[in-house]
Amino acid sequence: MKLIDHTKVVGHMNQRLVKNQVYKVIFFIATMFGLLILGILLYRILTQGAHYLNLDFLQNLPSRRPERAGIKTALIGTIWLVGVTAPLSLLLGVGTALYLEEYAKKNRFTDFIQVNISNLAGVPSIVFGLLGLTLFVRALGLGTSVLAAGLTMSLLILPVIIVASQEAIRSVPKNLREASFGMGATKWQTIVRVVLPAAIPGILTGGILALSRAIGETAPLVVLGLPLFIAFLPKTVFDTFTVLPMQIYNWTSRPQEEFHALAAAGIIVLLIMLIIMNSIAVLIRNKYQKRY
Amino acid sequence: MVSEKGSFSIQKLIEEKKKNKSAHTIIEKLVPFILLFTAVLSVLTTLGIVFTLIFETFTFFSKVSFIEFITEKKWYPFSETKGTYGILPLVSGTLRVTLIAIIVAVPIGLASAVFLSEYASERTRRIIKPILEVLAGIPTIVYGFFALTFVTPILRQFIPTLEIFNALSPGIVIGIMITPMIASLSEDAMTSVPNSMREGALALGSTKFEVSMKVVLPAAISGIVSSIVLAISRAIGETMIVAVAGGSTPTWGWDVTSSIQTMTAYIVQVSTGDAGYGTTIYYSIYAVGMTLFVFTLLMNLLAQYISKRFREEY
Repeated sequence: MKLIDHTKVVGHMNQRLVKNQVYKVIFFIATMFGLLILGILLYRILTQGAHYLNLDFLQNLPSRRPERAGIKTALIGTIWLVGVTAPLSLLLGVGTALYLEEYAKKNRFTDFIQVNISNLAGVPSIVFGLLGLTLFVRALGLGTSVLAAGLTMSLLILPVIIVASQEAIRSVPKNLREASFGMGATKWQTIVRVVLPAAIPGILTGGILALSRAIGETAPLVVLGLPLFIAFLPKTVFDTFTVLPMQIYNWTSRPQEEFHALAAAGIIVLLIMLIIMNSIAVLIRNKYQKRY
Repeated sequence: MVSEKGSFSIQKLIEEKKKNKSAHTIIEKLVPFILLFTAVLSVLTTLGIVFTLIFETFTFFSKVSFIEFITEKKWYPFSETKGTYGILPLVSGTLRVTLIAIIVAVPIGLASAVFLSEYASERTRRIIKPILEVLAGIPTIVYGFFALTFVTPILRQFIPTLEIFNALSPGIVIGIMITPMIASLSEDAMTSVPNSMREGALALGSTKFEVSMKVVLPAAISGIVSSIVLAISRAIGETMIVAVAGGSTPTWGWDVTSSIQTMTAYIVQVSTGDAGYGTTIYYSIYAVGMTLFVFTLLMNLLAQYISKRFREEY
């Protein structure tokens, strides 16, 4: 008696091979679905918004008349927000990463900080808005200022920057550190002159990607109470302001078609900013990747 | 003379070095504390979030009964006389949108993950993966605009009873948004399954599809499930897509064709409205935020538990 009935196996063979081919095609289509949506999304926004996109649109103040409306205040506001968020979040993020990677002992407290950071990364952005509203806007009396928004955004992207910096610091080979110690350098000298220069491309890449998330965020700023319509520019970090996503939200939530076209034009500007930042991040990553 | 001068300068050098060393030792001792302080700040942020939510939520419950909050099926905070605060309609809005998103994202995300990890060549993978990541990096307000001005009009041609604001359109678009997340994390889990297992199955005469479904998928299941749970958490916390395209009518039930309101969209509605500081409505956003926070935290902890507890070691 044979253990395997050969005719049965051969009989099934064709069916199994066909199934294999069919599913290959299905999996491929599913993968292409994402790319297709991305294409449609970009095409729609370009065709809707291109009409309004010109120099006047960048230079005009917002207006109730669509043909005269522009994004000057929102664009400048976004730049202010980055100006406050970038140094704050990078300083805190890199500091935390250095502590965890270079100084912290392997104990429960360190584990707790690490778990805390990964949980913080999963908190919805709108909840950070509630924290900012209570702590910065109300308790510290900063109002809807650039500083209040910048602080909130820094806390929001902090976990991302910490994790990226940790990975960058961890990937610096140990023998570089040992060579530095061998030359008589102290720990801090080693960190500043050896570890950080080697880790900076990774830190910058992660930092820029995190900042590009901050630029596109709307929800926490809505909760802080940032104005949807503002006709002047901030002069200091204590002035109120608005940002591009808020302006886009304002135009999107109006029923008229013209404002939707304006929103599309604003989205194009926002996406161009994001593309530039992401390209810089990719360039840095490719240029300095795997030097060791 | 020369040697004397030489020894003198060396001594001076050594003394200088010693002086510098004391300055160095101060820095060396100070730096860990400064860095520890920045690290503790992230813990303080979490505590800040938790205490803010708890504190303001308590104020809310001094005005509204907790039982009403969790059992009442009506959410009418803007009522002229006395508002009714039952969270269930907002939760049901959030769950409806999340469910639709998951129905869209899980099959597409998993199929993409299998394709990228099992079928695609290294070159194809290197091209497609970054593009999927672009999809994940698009600001949510852009997706909201897309849902309202593109997806909803198309859906209304097929479903004439669909209202302008509904649960279906933002649900689908959130599904599109979280698909790359499921695809990318699941693909990582599948790629880390050792090749020897695939080769073993192939040597026994399995087809590639059988290897993917009966060997790789079960071996990577902890990573796949935790990626789905994380995606659910993202969908629950998603704000701008539902605020733009979901409407502002809190309803209890399973209807996805009419206007709804999610927990996040309610917070946005109050924030952009003119409810004054200190009113019950003002405190209600913290109670809703607290509910949202608990939901997402449970999901995130569940994802961590699954990926740790059910991880297969090879």
